[in-house]
Order: sequence, then C-alpha cells, then structure tokens
Amino acid sequence: MTELHSTSVGPPVAHHFEDFEQEHEANMLGMWAFLATEVLFFGAVFVAFYIYRSAYADIFKEASRHLYMSIGAINTVVLLTSSLTVALAVHAGEHKARRLMVGLMVATLVLGLAFLGFKAFEYYLDYQEHLVPAFNFAWEGANPAQTQLFFVFYFIMTLVHALHMIIGISVLARMIWQARRGSYDQDSTAVELFGLYWHFVDIVWIFLFPTLYLLRQ
Amino acid sequence: MSATAPALKIREPSYINAAYTAKSWLLTTDHKRIGLLYMVAITFFFFVGGLAATVVRLELLTPQGDLVLPETYNKLFTVHGVIMVFFFLIPSIPTTLGNFLVPIMIGARDMAFPRLNLASWYIFMVGALFAIVALIGGGVDTGWTFYTPYSTGFSNTQVIPMAIGILIAGFSSIFTGLNIIITVHKMRAPGMTWFRLPLFIWSMYATSLIMVLATPVLAMTLVLIAVERTFHVGIFDPALGGDPLLFQHLFWFYSHPAVYIMILPGMAVVSELITCFSRKPIFGYKFIAFSSIAIAVFGFLVWGHHMFVSGQSIYSSLIFSSISFAVAIPSAIKVFNWTATLYKGSISWDTPMLYALGFIGLFTIGGLTGLFLATLPVDVHVTDTYFVVAHFHYIMVGSAVLAYLGGIHFWWPKISGRMYPEWWGKVSAITIFLGFNLTFFPQFIAGYQGMPRRYYAYAPEYQVMNVLSTAGASILAIGYVLPLIYLIWSMREGEVASDNPWGATGLEWQTESPPPTFNFAETPIVTAEPYQYNPDGTFTPQTTLSVRQIKKEVAA
Amino acid sequence: MTQQTSQPTSERTAHQAPALRTYYLIFLALMLLLALTVAVSFVDLGAFNELIALAIAAVKAVLVILFFMHVRYSSRLTWVFAAAGFVWLLIMVGWTFSDYLSRGWMR
Repeated sequence: MTELHSTSVGPPVAHHFEDFEQEHEANMLGMWAFLATEVLFFGAVFVAFYIYRSAYADIFKEASRHLYMSIGAINTVVLLTSSLTVALAVHAGEHKARRLMVGLMVATLVLGLAFLGFKAFEYYLDYQEHLVPAFNFAWEGANPAQTQLFFVFYFIMTLVHALHMIIGISVLARMIWQARRGSYDQDSTAVELFGLYWHFVDIVWIFLFPTLYLLRQ
Repeated sequence: MSATAPALKIREPSYINAAYTAKSWLLTTDHKRIGLLYMVAITFFFFVGGLAATVVRLELLTPQGDLVLPETYNKLFTVHGVIMVFFFLIPSIPTTLGNFLVPIMIGARDMAFPRLNLASWYIFMVGALFAIVALIGGGVDTGWTFYTPYSTGFSNTQVIPMAIGILIAGFSSIFTGLNIIITVHKMRAPGMTWFRLPLFIWSMYATSLIMVLATPVLAMTLVLIAVERTFHVGIFDPALGGDPLLFQHLFWFYSHPAVYIMILPGMAVVSELITCFSRKPIFGYKFIAFSSIAIAVFGFLVWGHHMFVSGQSIYSSLIFSSISFAVAIPSAIKVFNWTATLYKGSISWDTPMLYALGFIGLFTIGGLTGLFLATLPVDVHVTDTYFVVAHFHYIMVGSAVLAYLGGIHFWWPKISGRMYPEWWGKVSAITIFLGFNLTFFPQFIAGYQGMPRRYYAYAPEYQVMNVLSTAGASILAIGYVLPLIYLIWSMREGEVASDNPWGATGLEWQTESPPPTFNFAETPIVTAEPYQYNPDGTFTPQTTLSVRQIKKEVAA
Repeated sequence: MTQQTSQPTSERTAHQAPALRTYYLIFLALMLLLALTVAVSFVDLGAFNELIALAIAAVKAVLVILFFMHVRYSSRLTWVFAAAGFVWLLIMVGWTFSDYLSRGWMR
C-alpha cells in the first residue's frame, strides 16, 4: 500500500517519513509503547495472582509443589537461549550477514517450538494428575477450592504466555521466508522489532517461572 | 501579519476528491479518511445508546413500572452505558478529530503508522459487531460495570459476547493511542517544539497515555471474567476462595482513568476554541499543557473512590479520597486559565464558542459535584443515587459531548470544505445546553433526596423531578438530531469554506479546506508560538514557510 | 518501490549495539542466575524465599532489557518508554495491596 520514496542516504522509506532515521526510531518506539501495554496486560493477572497468594500462602505453596519444576527450568533454559539467538540474529542483520541471520532465526524458531512442545507435555502430565480446573480437577487434600484457584491462574498465565509464543513463532516463520529472499538486506528494522517482542515474551516467562514453580517453601 | 504562505498551497485534489470508490475509503490509510470512518461508526452508536436512554426516560415518567418489564429496564440502562462509554465516548474525539487533526496540527503527512490506524478501525468494527450480536441475542443486564459475582455466576444474559466486544474494541483504542504518542514524538515538522504544540496535541497525548497504559488491564480483567463465567472456576467468586473486590480494583484501574479518556479530549477542543474566539493568546499555556499530563497521571491514583461502600479497607478509602481532591487542582487550573483568556477578550459568539462556553459551565458543575463524591462521608450518603448519575452525566455528556460537537463545528469547514448553517448551529448549541440542564439538574436534587439509580420504579415523591428530567431529555434529543441533519445537508448545500474561515493560527488552517491527501504541498516550517491572536482580528499563523522555500533561498 | 543502492547503515546502527562478547556474557549471567534461583528454592528461608526469587527475576529481566533489547545503548526516550509500563504496574500493585494489607482479608 504505502509507496516508498528514496532519500539521499539509507534504504527507501514509507511516504510519510522524512528519512530512514525517523522511520526507524518511530518503529522502535512504537514497539516499546506496545510492550508497555503488554506489561500492564500481564501485570493485571500477576497482581491478581499475588493477592491470592498472599491470602492463601500455604495452600498455594502446596499446590506449587505439584508442578514439574524440572520442565519449567528446562523451558527457562530453552527460552533464554532463544533470546540469545534472536539477539545474535539482530546483530547479524545489522551487519548485513543474511545467511547467518536466517540461521539464527531458524534456531530461534526451533527453540520456540521446543518450548511449546515441553509445555504441551507438561500440560499432559498435569491432566493425568487431575490438575486441570473445569476439565478433571480433583484434589484429595485440604482446601480444594483455593488450590483450584492456584491452578486456574497457572493455566491462564501460561496459556496467555503460550499464545504470545505462538503469535511470535508464526510471525517469525513468515519473516524467515522473507529474509531468505533478501527482504531485510537493506533494512533489518523488522528483525529488530521482532527481537524486542521475543525478548519481552521471554521476560514474562522469567517472572512466571519463579512465581508459579519456585515459591514452594 | 495575517497572510499565509502561498507556497504551502498548491491546488491538488483534496483528500475527499482524491478518489471516489468505496474501496478507496475502506482501504484508505489516510488519517483524515479514517477519522471520518470512525465518525460514521460512532455517530451510529451514539444514536443507538440514545435510543436506549429515551426508553429509560419514558419509563421513569411515572413512578410505577408501566412501560417495560423490570428485566428489560436492566438491559436498557446496561446497553445505554456500555454503548455510550465503550463505543461512543472513549473513541469519540481521539479517533475522529484526533485522527483528523493530530498529523495536520504538527505538520506531518500522516500518522506514524497509517496501516495500524486503519487496522484499529477494523478492530473497532469487529468489537462493535460482537456488541451488536450481544444486543440482538438478548442484551446484557449487569450494568456497564460487569460486577462479579452477578456477571459471572447469576446473570442469564449475553455477558460473554459483550465482554469480548469490549475487549476487542479496547485494542483499537490502544492502537489509536499508540499511534498518537509516536506521531507526536517523531513526526513533528521542523520548528514544532514541544512548547509550540497546540494544546489540543498536549491533551491528546495525555489521553493516549491513558489509553495505552490502562486499557490492557481492562482486557485482562475481561479475559478473567470470560474464563470464570465459562468454566465456573471462581476467580472472583467468594464461594470458591475468590474476592469480588479484586474485580472492582482491576476494573476501576481502567475505568476511572477512562473517565479522563473521555474528558481530556474535550478539554483539548475547548482550549483551541476559547482562545480563537476571544482573539487573545491562551492564558497560561504551560499550565494548561502540564495540567493535562497531571490529570492523566493523577487519574491513575484515585480509582478506589468508586469503592467507598464496597467493603474495601477504610484506610485505603481515606487515601483514595484525599488523592481524589488532588485531581481537582489541574482541572481547576484549566477552568481558571480559560476564564482568564476570556477576560477582556474580543469575544465572538459563533456556534463553536457557544459550545465551548457551555462546556466550561457544565464542566464546572460536574467537577464541583465530583468533589462532593470524593468526600468519603458524603459519598456514603449519595452512593448509587441519581446524584452520582447527574454528576457523571455533567462530565461525560454535558462536557464531553458538547466539546465534541463544538469541535465538529469548528473544524467542519476543514473536514468537509463547507460551512455549516450558522443560525441552526446556534439553535442546536442553545437547545442542547438548555435541554441538558433541564434533564440532569433535577437528578441532583432527586438523588440528594435519596432516589436510587438503576430502578425501573420509584417512590411517588420523586415524580416531579423525573417529569422535568424526561421533558428535558426530549429537548436534548431535538438538539442532538439537529446537527446530524444540517451537517449532512451542508456537505452538499453549505457555503464553500475558505481555507481559514476563523482566522486561526494552527497549521491545519494554513493548508487548504479540505486538505490534500498528504496535508501540505510541502513540509511546513513552524515559525511561531500557537495562539498569537490580536484583538483587532489579526493573527500570526504558526507557519509562513516551507522547507523547499528555505532551500531555494539558501541556493539563491 | 524505488530501488536504490543504499549506503551501508551498519556504521550508524553498529554503535548503538553491544559487541558480540557482551551477548555471550549476559547469557552466561542469565544461566547462572537461573541456577541460583532454582537452588535457593530448595532451601527454606521463610519470607526471604519470595524476596530472593523475585529479586533474581528482576535482575534477569533488567539484564535482558538493558543488553539484549539495547536499552543501555538507546536514547533517553527509549528509557522512559521501557520504564513506563513497569512504573504503572507498580502503581497498580501498590494501591491494590494497600487495600488488602489494611483490610484484614489476608489472614
């Protein structure tokens, strides 16, 4: 849609921008503003969780012990590694190394899928242990209602996070296709923007992991 | 100096005449056309919400419930609230006038993200579709606040489609706000420093801050509501360990700042109108500019004053009550500065000015009664009475809608290229002002005497006030229909407008009426502060130069 | 689309980004912090468990934001944008908890 026009230096820019610098900064700031909304989107459910956790500390700790901390930890490693690969991909993009960039993007994609795979496996184990509220929740111990509350939040938080992963992976798949054709050779802003988003999703998990899995003592 | 630079105007086809096909409108990325798309959509919703209000007022003509069933009445006031808040007031000025004016006022060719801008309109329409489906499917009876546990456990109405519709429309609001913020930061023309920005822009920026930072919380809250209602898992249900007050905290974290999403744009418009029609520079530019930001920030700290009787901690209530008074300070700063601008001004009584003056009066009443409600013991007395209803209608209808209409009239020549009929404009402004006061002032009295809100029947001693109110509503309805008719009429039949019919200083008046697709033939250079009006009618426009002219002169 | 032989922009953007070595060091730090936070979760420190777990998460997040997301090398405006969401989140946390902590709902 928007026609591009050329300026004296740098790649072509969309019609309404003066130069590449302006377009680049606008795009980056736009993503940061979007991430600020995401902070509050996730923040709301974190606040709700911590309100109930403060009220039912012991019950929530007991419930937390029923999660698979090992899978959570492995997934943290996977996601942090994918953050590294995406940061390196951005770096490669800035240095015009197309092949390297595509390779790192593929690595990020694979790690993202691995995360989802582990997560799905973990959900399956949770299901087998009758820990899925509204489907097969059954709790032998005391305070089943409050315990269920923990698992409701566990599923909402991890599913919303996983949804963000799925969106990220879909976008990334399309971007790899574009990158192979050289679409980002002149201007790798899109890869940078994707990197910001991906790092943010990683940060959410950095907080989710201790919140759900580690607060058990 | 009152001349504008001819170099800024090269007769290109205007944005309206650039293309005529439906596709050219529905796939446009021109911020001006998107503003008009929004205007059509929200005008529709304004009249849908108004229709529900009409039936409510008719029902309340008599103390008995004789027109509609109690269940229907609950749905009517819910529909009125949901539609007016989420599908009219929140998008009203930011998406129409904001979309249209922000890039032009700062000398940009478009918003920073034109495609996102168009996407936001489609997202809004999808959200609106869900809302309409919810209405056709039987409506919602929870009130616009969706309080739990009623909304999640007991109501048999279409809560989920409505919640999804609001959630989706919320994203359109986030994207509009994001676009405005980045546009103001990154797209300003050379010479347009922060303190040369029109006050409209400052207020729009403050509004956008709220949209971007508050709306996501509402989105998550609605997700939680939908999950609880679908799966009966008790997130806010006390029977299952939840706390209904947590819902209220999350809901009002958005919905109180949302009040400022509705009123700040009104202040944005009025700041432009008052100075232009007083032919005086605005009094206290920086105070008005920073008070907008202060309102946006303070607005986030006071949500608990909606929960004084909910059972929240009394200590919290005390804090929320005292901070609520603090919001009055920046609001009062604005009112004082507007009045100081009027003082010894050379005032003309054109339609936009009538609307702006009406705004100041109604906003003052609405704001001062807000102080009553911020006062903890008084609020306990009048909670859930018509006093509250009257208060927020003075702000959200009296102020916000008057400012919206004032802005539409003021910029109508720029938007349509035609003048509206001045006589009819004045008639509508005065009709709305009188009708509004007759509708809502009696509600203060009925409320203070103890008439509760949200009931389809009431004690007979309140009937006098209610008859007055309903009579006022019928006058108000005429006042609203008038502009709809004569503005549409004027698009074809109105007198052709000059580029700057008001002799105003802003950049939008230095280009053509209506502007070309990219707003200016050449990027303007801003050479002056805003609002340099002189009492004799002359003025200094914010630009008399363009980038190309400068380059030519340097080359010469 | 206008085709154009463009100047390499790497010079302009390169100075805004850290050296490759920095990325690996940060990654290493993140892994160590992860190991630390998991280790601490096996020790009963009372209320300090929560505090340490969240503090470590915050440090990790700050490292990602400053280095992987380049905020350390970005304009002041980017700092403000990056901080805004978290500041507003603190408002929500602070004001909401002010009610719960003084209400006696949490036993």
